[in-house]
Amino acid sequence: MEYFVQQLVNGLTLGSIYGLIAIGYTMVYGIIGMVNFAHGDIFMLGGFAALIVYLLLVSLFGGVPIALALFIMILVAMVMTGLWNWVIEKMAYRPLRGSFRLAPLITAIGMSIALSNFIQVTQGPRNKPIPSMVSSVYEVFGISISLKQIIIVLVTAVLLTIFWYIVNHTPLGRAQRATEQDRKMAALLGIDVDKTISITFVMGAALAAVAGTMYLMYYGVIVFTDGFTPGVKAFTAAVLGGIGSLPGAVLGGLMIGLIESLWSAYFTIDYKDVATFSILAVVLIFKPSGILGRPEVEKV
Amino acid sequence: MTNTTSTTAGADGNLMARALREAFYAAIVALGLFILFVGLKTDQNILNELILVQRWGLLAIFVAIAAVGRFLSVAYIRPWAAARKATRAAAPAREANFFVRNFSMIAVAFLIIYPPLMVGLFGVQSSLKWVDNFGIQILIYVMLAWGLNIVVGLAGLLDLGYVAFYAVGAYSYALLSSYFGLSFWLLLPMAGILAALWGMILGFPVLRLKGDYLAIVTLAFGEIIRLVLINWTAVTKGTFGISGIAKASVFGIWSFDVSATNNFAKVFGLPMSSAYYKIFLFYLALALCMLTAFVTIRLRRMPIGRAWEALREDEIACRSLGINTVTTKLTAFATGAMFGGFAGSFFAVRQGFVSPESFVFLESAIILAIVVLGGMGSLVGIAVAATVMIGGTELLREMEFLKHIFGPDFTPELYRMLIFGLAMIVVMVWKPRGFVGSREPTAFLRERKSVSGSFTKEGHG
Repeated sequence: MEYFVQQLVNGLTLGSIYGLIAIGYTMVYGIIGMVNFAHGDIFMLGGFAALIVYLLLVSLFGGVPIALALFIMILVAMVMTGLWNWVIEKMAYRPLRGSFRLAPLITAIGMSIALSNFIQVTQGPRNKPIPSMVSSVYEVFGISISLKQIIIVLVTAVLLTIFWYIVNHTPLGRAQRATEQDRKMAALLGIDVDKTISITFVMGAALAAVAGTMYLMYYGVIVFTDGFTPGVKAFTAAVLGGIGSLPGAVLGGLMIGLIESLWSAYFTIDYKDVATFSILAVVLIFKPSGILGRPEVEKV
Repeated sequence: MTNTTSTTAGADGNLMARALREAFYAAIVALGLFILFVGLKTDQNILNELILVQRWGLLAIFVAIAAVGRFLSVAYIRPWAAARKATRAAAPAREANFFVRNFSMIAVAFLIIYPPLMVGLFGVQSSLKWVDNFGIQILIYVMLAWGLNIVVGLAGLLDLGYVAFYAVGAYSYALLSSYFGLSFWLLLPMAGILAALWGMILGFPVLRLKGDYLAIVTLAFGEIIRLVLINWTAVTKGTFGISGIAKASVFGIWSFDVSATNNFAKVFGLPMSSAYYKIFLFYLALALCMLTAFVTIRLRRMPIGRAWEALREDEIACRSLGINTVTTKLTAFATGAMFGGFAGSFFAVRQGFVSPESFVFLESAIILAIVVLGGMGSLVGIAVAATVMIGGTELLREMEFLKHIFGPDFTPELYRMLIFGLAMIVVMVWKPRGFVGSREPTAFLRERKSVSGSFTKEGHG
């Protein structure tokens, strides 16, 4: 029983990270209907930004209180990756917005290849380990919960609340939802559609940057290829939850995290990704538009 | 943008001022983008700790490039492009010249004389690089892209896991030939059949899915196959891969094994060289490509091909006309997969070694990119895209002279995929409909006209 709860805690932590990335996929998909394949690499970029900021802080000030260091890392990573995604959207996706559906998908894949190789060229191909930042572990009813896990779940919860508030209760969120429903109509009603889409990309990137920072803190190592697997899993999570739906993305992320850690705990760790993808396929066979997604109604 | 085409001095002054302002913004944005990733480099010191290395000079170069690039783009390139567009629109459409009209004939003729030409130019041993790295490799990608074209370009089903069938083909040849000693000529069709079978198995559950749901499930299947290849070590030897795969022979008449009595070079009294085998493989690849093209062209005119294109254009209309969408989708998956399987077994026989490394998602992405960049559904466009993208990045390996410019530490190979990714973006933004923007319809009333690619739909699948 304790073992099971322990795995639940681990899965929840992992799932929070996937959920944060999945939101970026699902928002971009919701608003312009494209799969932003470069989003996984945006996440990796966020992790690298956090790593460099951490090293910078250490080399400039020696020891910095962990809480402050984490805060600065998250903040800088958010701004950095937000800027990156803003530029990427402007250069690679906006010129193709009126074009056919596969065109932005191809530029997104190209961007993903370019970003990971850019980091490989500028930062080197090696693993980048950092000393453990947070190491306290608490024992609660025989389950060990590390401070890292608490931070990850807390940060995720706080961000999701802020985010939920922005989307549902601010003029910006209203503009986003309007653009999502009908871009032309929204433009006619005076919404700056281009700006709204840009902001959506920046918001998605900022959440991915937080996920990247959390990933770096949790595993203590990052490498330029790290964007791919978490990116694909987060995309899987977004689709599993029903792409375009925000609660779906979080739910999907948590599910993927739980499946992964429970499978690794009770079966072979080698096939954990096979299990994740198989469950995705099985779920989609029975619910072709994800768990919380609305089925698409086709008008003839 | 309207004032950019006028030639008055005031407008010119405005343009310059605007260009300078834009360049300044670009510099600031570039500074923001690159300050962490280029200005600082994480490096390991002797104690294996991470340290930061400062590279402000490099950062300055990046920022300067961004600023100058933006300036040139706003001040010169955009007005020039606008002017060119205006003159193009005014001029009458040009008659296609002889070269353009007979492009595919000329290309095939060139490919047939390509290996002797290379041998003549570079000698037997040095021609190897040109026949193998450029010729065969490009032909493999052409074959793969033409196979995927059936699924994506004709049937309009977005498949992100095409590499799975490539892997099935490669491993069926590798495993069956090393465990049972079967010959290439028996296993080539068998690999195709096995891959087609897998295409059906994978196609069946995804029949109800559309668009991006289909995309993610096919991607997932591609990853599952790769992960099984990695982890099922008892059979596939995992990440070590299978090596020492038997070579193909010329229909069993001449062999390319050095020890065999019917060795090709021995029979003809030629000096020993691996170049003959590569030249043979080149023609084999060319033949397989021609087969793929022939089948695709003929299938498009048959009921099944028409059904694929109908499915791409409108699934509901297709179903209401009594077309069975289940068999239509499955045959598209199976036919596409079969060519992937052929390409895979050919790949295995050419390398003599297969490992899961060769079948990562990136390969699927590259093949899909070639299909889309070439112009979906256009065989010529896809072949051109494969040549440009694969040949272009392959050329980068050859750029030894860059070492003299940037110093001996410079490895052009590192930049290969970076440039590949950027090229994908640039080509797509420049020509969203692909290299060949027009399509030849197979069904027409009285007169056959090519239509613009923008009239063909891309399907919902």
